[in-house]
Amino acid sequence: MAAKLKIRVDQDKCQGHARCKSLAPELFELDEFGNAHETGDGSVPASLEDKAWLAQSNCPEIAIEVTEE
Amino acid sequence: MSDSASIMPEHPPVTDWINDFDHTDPVWTEDPFPIWEKLRAASPVVHTERFLGCYMPTTYQAVKEIAYDTEHFSSRRVIVRDVRPEITARAPPITSDPPEHKPAKQILLPPFTPDAMKKLEPRVRAICNELIDEFIAEGKCDAAARYTKHVPVRAIAHMLGIPEKDGDLFIKWIHGILELGIKDDNALMDAVKEMTGYFAGHLEQRKKNPTDDLISTLMKAKDKDGNPLTDEHVLGSLRLLLIAGIDTTWSAIGSSLWHLAKTPADRERLVKEPALMPLAVEELLRAYSPVTMAREVMKETTVSGCPVRPGNMVLLSFPAANRDPAMFPDADKVVIDRKENRHAAFGLGIHRCVGSNLARMEMTVAIEEWLKRIPDFRLDPAGKVTWSEGTVRGPRQLPLLFGTN
Repeated sequence: MAAKLKIRVDQDKCQGHARCKSLAPELFELDEFGNAHETGDGSVPASLEDKAWLAQSNCPEIAIEVTEE
Repeated sequence: MSDSASIMPEHPPVTDWINDFDHTDPVWTEDPFPIWEKLRAASPVVHTERFLGCYMPTTYQAVKEIAYDTEHFSSRRVIVRDVRPEITARAPPITSDPPEHKPAKQILLPPFTPDAMKKLEPRVRAICNELIDEFIAEGKCDAAARYTKHVPVRAIAHMLGIPEKDGDLFIKWIHGILELGIKDDNALMDAVKEMTGYFAGHLEQRKKNPTDDLISTLMKAKDKDGNPLTDEHVLGSLRLLLIAGIDTTWSAIGSSLWHLAKTPADRERLVKEPALMPLAVEELLRAYSPVTMAREVMKETTVSGCPVRPGNMVLLSFPAANRDPAMFPDADKVVIDRKENRHAAFGLGIHRCVGSNLARMEMTVAIEEWLKRIPDFRLDPAGKVTWSEGTVRGPRQLPLLFGTN
């Protein structure tokens, strides 16, 4: 079985481009200023792994970390 | 080119791009991409003596270093011009540096979140269809004059709570500030004065009768110490929203339609696969980024190993960064379904465009509604496409023929 992915948005880097929210709405939430946060504890369901990588590779600020547990 | 009597001498034509670049030269205005490639091959940072001394970072990396470095590079001047008069009209937060920047920006962010834009979307869809109704039967139109310009004008007017019919005034002021103002200080000052007077009137009205629009939101906002914003701050932010919210998106929608008019394969694919729109919009933003910003060098430092000195401006070209092949494979090709796309069309770092969610929504809706009603169109060989000069690049004449016309 493939390793489980976890995502985290670095709040010092996020500038609210919201690309992640558009590409992977299930995995990210925006606050009142439009800055992104990972949904829940950042665990990525197996069915959404592609979306996690897509969001990560479109963040202009390189603010999204994807780790394999 | 400037169409007013300019107080500054016309710029001599550029013959040495690497040491004497000029982003107002007609050759640059017409087709900047080969110029950027030449500059990038020469150095990550080039310099011109024009504009009282100005650097230009040519790579994505160099642009990013400057955008992130608010210690050495100030935003107090955000347009590269022939003159550097005393700073009188600020437009927070775009002209703010830390620590003033963050509180000024946080006031503007909540009205521009993606959720807030969803509420505005039906009005924008209706605006697009009202505009198309006016010209579709003619079988052709100048899309820059009759469509792409009016979408952002009416959308931002709707948000601010000012009459959509005042759009021609907004366009005139913006032209004075962003194009004529590079070389003609009077044109800029006149436009700023008229605009400030216009908004001051709207502020006075709302002091008597508060409304439920963005102007009133700003008037009710508090600064970081809990005090209401000064009228000067509110007027500055309103000037910013109007200037930044119109010809930027006008340009982005126009460049997108221009690309689709001359690229049938991409157009047909988008008509058949509307689900591609989100990726397509990002790719069009990357390839035809409209906005070039500026910084002022405050302290000596280096950028990508190149020394930069105070007293100079910086032409912060996000459009050139987005064509850097070291960052984007096939950078000069529009790949309508590009998967990895960390483009910088809305800037990088703390000055990320506050209206980026609005711009994306307007672009998406304007292209979608156009393709639904006019799926087949091409450039009119009898007409000429012309481009705006300087700070914001996009088509200002875009003659199109529809269907088999």
